Amino acid sequence: MKTELRTALRIGLLGGLVASHICLVGMLETFAKRNLIGDYLSMGYLLLLTLFLFVGYKATQVAQKAATGLLCAIIAGGITGASLSDLVFLTQNFQLREIFAHASPALVKLLTLGQSKSLGLLIPIVSGISWSLFGGFFALLPKLWRRVLLNTLLLTLLLGLLRDILNSLLPGDFGKTLFTSSGLTYIGAGSSLFCGGILIWAFLTYREQQKLKPETSESRNSPLQKLLFSLLILFLLTFPLWSKSFLSNVADSVGLYIIMGLGLNLVVGFAGMLDLGFVAFYAIGAYTMAVLTSPSGIFHFSFWQALPFSMLIAMSGGIILGLPILRMRGDYLAIATLGFGEIIRILVISDFLKPYLGGAQGITNIGKPEIAQFTFKNPEHFYYLILIGCLIAWFIASRLKKSRLGRAWMAIREDEDVAQAMGINRVTTKLTAFAIGALFGGLSGAIFASMVDSVVPKSFDLLISINVLALIIVGGIGSLPGVLVGAVVLVGLPELLREFQEYRLLVYGAVLVTMMLYRPEGLWPEVTLQHILHKTAQPEFPVRPLPTPEKK
Amino acid sequence: MALLTANGLTKRFGGLLALKDLELTIQEKTIHSVIGPNGAGKTTFFNCLTGFSIPDQGEIIFLGQSIHGMRPDQIARWGIARTYQNIRLFANMTTSENVILGMHGHLQTNLFDALFQTPRYWQEEYETQKEAQRLLAFVGLEGKEAIIAANLSYGDQRRLEIARALALRPKLLLLDEPAAGMNPRETNEMLTLTQRLRDELGLTILLIEHHMKVVMTLSDMITVIDFGQKIAEGQPSAIQANPQVIAAYLGGGASTA
Repeated sequence: MKTELRTALRIGLLGGLVASHICLVGMLETFAKRNLIGDYLSMGYLLLLTLFLFVGYKATQVAQKAATGLLCAIIAGGITGASLSDLVFLTQNFQLREIFAHASPALVKLLTLGQSKSLGLLIPIVSGISWSLFGGFFALLPKLWRRVLLNTLLLTLLLGLLRDILNSLLPGDFGKTLFTSSGLTYIGAGSSLFCGGILIWAFLTYREQQKLKPETSESRNSPLQKLLFSLLILFLLTFPLWSKSFLSNVADSVGLYIIMGLGLNLVVGFAGMLDLGFVAFYAIGAYTMAVLTSPSGIFHFSFWQALPFSMLIAMSGGIILGLPILRMRGDYLAIATLGFGEIIRILVISDFLKPYLGGAQGITNIGKPEIAQFTFKNPEHFYYLILIGCLIAWFIASRLKKSRLGRAWMAIREDEDVAQAMGINRVTTKLTAFAIGALFGGLSGAIFASMVDSVVPKSFDLLISINVLALIIVGGIGSLPGVLVGAVVLVGLPELLREFQEYRLLVYGAVLVTMMLYRPEGLWPEVTLQHILHKTAQPEFPVRPLPTPEKK
Repeated sequence: MALLTANGLTKRFGGLLALKDLELTIQEKTIHSVIGPNGAGKTTFFNCLTGFSIPDQGEIIFLGQSIHGMRPDQIARWGIARTYQNIRLFANMTTSENVILGMHGHLQTNLFDALFQTPRYWQEEYETQKEAQRLLAFVGLEGKEAIIAANLSYGDQRRLEIARALALRPKLLLLDEPAAGMNPRETNEMLTLTQRLRDELGLTILLIEHHMKVVMTLSDMITVIDFGQKIAEGQPSAIQANPQVIAAYLGGGASTA
């Protein structure tokens, strides 16, 4: 009992710290400007609410008995709430604004719901306790219900966030009943909770039953999956036709990151070489395209003529980088690749190459792809080009993964010495990974250059390498679908939430830390990795049937 | 006929002389053991044979050709396969994937075949899977093709290492303490398996082992090394009676030399 109370105290204090932090950096105020459900539940409140729920959930989870658990939740939630009341009190009575610019009357009004002094101070505590109690009840639910509830809430949140995309899909009147100008209406939220809940419940129970049955080739290609797959293709093909230009723009960046992610995944995920300088190949691809097609240059190539050069020169870059660092492993390799990325960026802004690459001003007027009389101009046009690029990259990566070369990469990742003792040539195997990865980076860069019509050194900083690496890790290292999921989550969602731009990196960091703690294998991991990281027993795999030589 | 000859092999690590003028000849289709106290240079000798260490002096002739200057992967394809003292499997891959990796050097498919999954690709996938099943059955791992290597029992992991080495289609198989950490029953099974490798597959085996019962039962020839030097060579019965060998194992004080 005593340890449980101590834990509750600790969780409460931590919660209070996080809550105060959120308020004092101004996140609450900014987030409160966007209403997600109706006119009342804003993103800001949702943030605090989630925190309270989580505090209550965590406090209850550590306790053994249900009653003690709920008591712990009340204590932890109370402390978290009290620290907010404390913040309100301090803001009202002292000049906190001199230190914390965001400790303003507006913040006080948000936290006290606009109530008068004494009542206002009670409000954070009371809401803290009550929401933590809900969190506590949530922890006591059976597992299936917990998952249904959690997923339903996440779904509703997502629908609210993706309002812009979804609303443009729906006919006007119907859209108005479900969506407000920034989120869901009460009707919309209610129906999402109700329908989503039923669907998710059905899906989870169905999957539990499926798990008991042995996997057969039929269950893999069930009609339901075929239907979902066709819907997905239809969605992808028609996306720019019904969405706004802004959304096509977002989809384009996601697509470019997917191509890069698939490339870097060959190097980091398959062959296990940590590369922090991937942006170099992106930059090489983009600058090659720029130099070859820009009217200010000497070549005047068309986009299609320049594209193969972009890819090939990026690939040579990969080989040139690969050669000296073949013997390096782990940390040393990461530092060396980091250096390569910086070298390329600094070469580009150097005075030496300024006559050719334009220095800090970069190169403008880059060639646009043309097919017959049609010119790719706006984001909607480029969307299709990028989609094709993604498909080709996906095709190559997935085929290579299942080949002799893919197996050799994985052997090098697992144990380089043993791989060599098995007759695998370390040099060529590693270099192919670098070369093909760089090729994808070059492709992505070339399309990017043509799309934005200008290249400047600023677009190729270290953050791009980090982003690509992070999306691979968040998606699930070595997993191809993981790259897609990672790109959508880390590139797509932040673009959609532009209004919170200031806090983007803060949230980004928090997401990465949470992911690595609770789901280190990524969102869509490789099957085996999941079992290794969670130390669970491997399920009995059925022996895979032999592929037949006749199959084409 | 001699399959492998080492002439005057010397290897230094700084001031330490790991191998000193080692002469060794391995006859075809025999089980040849190398024994000696810890730190005698046995593993260094293995590393020289597989190309992971380059000897300072001397040369190794395998199948009538010097392997000096060959990379480890070239030596592996040329016909020398090994297992490790502390098991080194590709732990996160399945049993059959481990074996298929051993076949890597013999496979023909190239980038084009892999990208377009040509008939040759399917033919080869089919053959490698069958070959993996056959090799796994040979070492007694039938039905365990799809298990992740890390989840196999200790004894099975040792067998898998042998199966993976066999996939290289070696002429010479180096076994580094295959019976280490095994109980008597597992040790006996390992004995039988090693004999089958020689008798049924016609392999030549170079064995490092501390377990004297295994060494004495299996070996056609034994070489004893100490401080990187050969101190005795002969058939098991002769080695057991050799006073120098006994001295090396019991400590220098008993030595008369």
